[in-house]
Amino acid sequence: MADVKKMATRDAYGAALAELGEEKQDLVVFEADLAAATKTGVFRKKFPERHFECGIAEGNMMAVAAGAASMGLVPFASSFAMFAAGRAFEQVRNSIGYPHLNVKIGATHGGISVGEDGASHQCCEDFALMRSIPGMVVLCPSDAVEARAAVRAAYAHEGPVYLRFGRLAIPVFHDEENFKFEIGKGETLKEGDDVAIIATGLMVYEALEAAEQLKNEGVHARVINICTIKPLDEEIVLKAARECGKIVTAEEHSIIGGLGEAVCAVVAESGVPCKVKRVGVNDEFGHSGPAVPLLKQFGLSAENIVKVAKEL
Amino acid sequence: MTDTERRDLQIKATKVRMGIVEGTHAAKAGHPGGSLSAADMFTYLYFKEMNVDPKDPQNPDRDRFVLSKGHTAPGLYATLALRGFFPWEDLKTLRQIGSHLQGHPNMNLTPGVDMSTGSLGQGVSAAAGMAKAAKYMGKSCRVYTLLGDGEIEEGQVWEAFMFAANYHLDNFVAIIDKNGLQIDGPTKEVMDSGDIAEKLRAFGFEVVEINGHSFDEIEAAFKKARETKGKPFGIVMHTVKGLGVSYMTNSVEWHGKAPNDAEYEVAMNELRAKLAELEAE
Repeated sequence: MADVKKMATRDAYGAALAELGEEKQDLVVFEADLAAATKTGVFRKKFPERHFECGIAEGNMMAVAAGAASMGLVPFASSFAMFAAGRAFEQVRNSIGYPHLNVKIGATHGGISVGEDGASHQCCEDFALMRSIPGMVVLCPSDAVEARAAVRAAYAHEGPVYLRFGRLAIPVFHDEENFKFEIGKGETLKEGDDVAIIATGLMVYEALEAAEQLKNEGVHARVINICTIKPLDEEIVLKAARECGKIVTAEEHSIIGGLGEAVCAVVAESGVPCKVKRVGVNDEFGHSGPAVPLLKQFGLSAENIVKVAKEL
Repeated sequence: MTDTERRDLQIKATKVRMGIVEGTHAAKAGHPGGSLSAADMFTYLYFKEMNVDPKDPQNPDRDRFVLSKGHTAPGLYATLALRGFFPWEDLKTLRQIGSHLQGHPNMNLTPGVDMSTGSLGQGVSAAAGMAKAAKYMGKSCRVYTLLGDGEIEEGQVWEAFMFAANYHLDNFVAIIDKNGLQIDGPTKEVMDSGDIAEKLRAFGFEVVEINGHSFDEIEAAFKKARETKGKPFGIVMHTVKGLGVSYMTNSVEWHGKAPNDAEYEVAMNELRAKLAELEAE
């Protein structure tokens, strides 16, 4: 799988907003002084009259977006995951989630792959925080193609949606032509019955690589891409549990409260005998460094998935 | 304003106060103090100032009201009931299981409520978002929000004020109920917010300070608000917490406490007497 095209999902987010803005006059964007980084700047360039700068005040921005949604607009409110899900958690919970307002939270710079900025900006808690809000849809696309589709699906969905995008350019492996996206549906990328790797975000490509390596050792791994962290596709998870008996989850998020725990809950409550192991950030803060070696250091790699899969 | 108009508003405000007592007594909980201090403002907003229709509570072109100090929902509910958004009897279901009258306002349950609030400092931001959206959408509706003088200790309030001034939201009116008391004591002792009007001016607002129990002053303030262009408008209204019920008047104790049966009788007798006096005029 060498030499694939790479693109950050945040770039796909900006492009998708600008594209969708052409068709949808009610789509507006709120930004907290990070337009160049979140890529809403691409939308601003095309639609300056619909791009509302809120300054460095994420809590206010979320409730402002809620007010705009109550008027019938479809706001995308953007910041880094740390500030969108973390700092503004209570505004998202009380002003967007509780009234179930039609706000889309475009959170970029999720996870360890933020890199050099270090732990203060490496949000590995956003799935946990956003999953806990009733009625919140949580999406984490695995590549640029899925990210574009997710933005469209989020717009079409009536209700609050949290979208997590990454800073790092990652392989684009989906085929744009034939790609179909549906909120709540997982995607089986590779068939196999020895072990299932259920991954989200940039870990999906790592899972595909891990499956290749496992194949060379005679282990046939199923690879499942879960873009919709919530509501989780329980059917695809349970099918994997029944048919494979072993699951490895992989996410660029704390092992607490994320995809791994969501999968564990579904499997445990089903009574299907299946062992699950979680690959993720192990209850620790990140630190500064270039993204790629950082990801490897934290075990967010194909190699680590292979290791964990073999331990099962 | 004519004497008749003034008396009519005073009668309505007295009924709103009775509704506040009814609701909190039935609920055995709730916040009468700050509901009573804002009762005259609620009354003026819903009976004079705002373009709203109880028969069409979701009309997209209506004016909006956001109760940023959401705990004073009993005051808003009593006003909405009196205005005909829902039956007066509903007030007695306040805070009960199955009631549409939640402890704090819920826009999806209660007709006439434009935003779910309760967590202080957030409603004002939502109101600013509505005002910004109205401008973008070319709507001529206006957005009103009511804040407590304790609430403005929340930093988000000032983020919202900055936003409103930055976008020249002259369709946005922030009303601050300066009753001088919050849960832990007088605001001056808990966290002195200093000269609120001056702070609002520094943030880019046109501001008036009024007696929040004078309908003439409230009317003049809203007239000036409508005439103000290019800037958001602030009304710092000096009020008396608990006004209308003798033992609740200016008392911290009655911020978030409900009257028991005996206290309920005293309060209702006082308000009935006030009503009779106004109706006899």
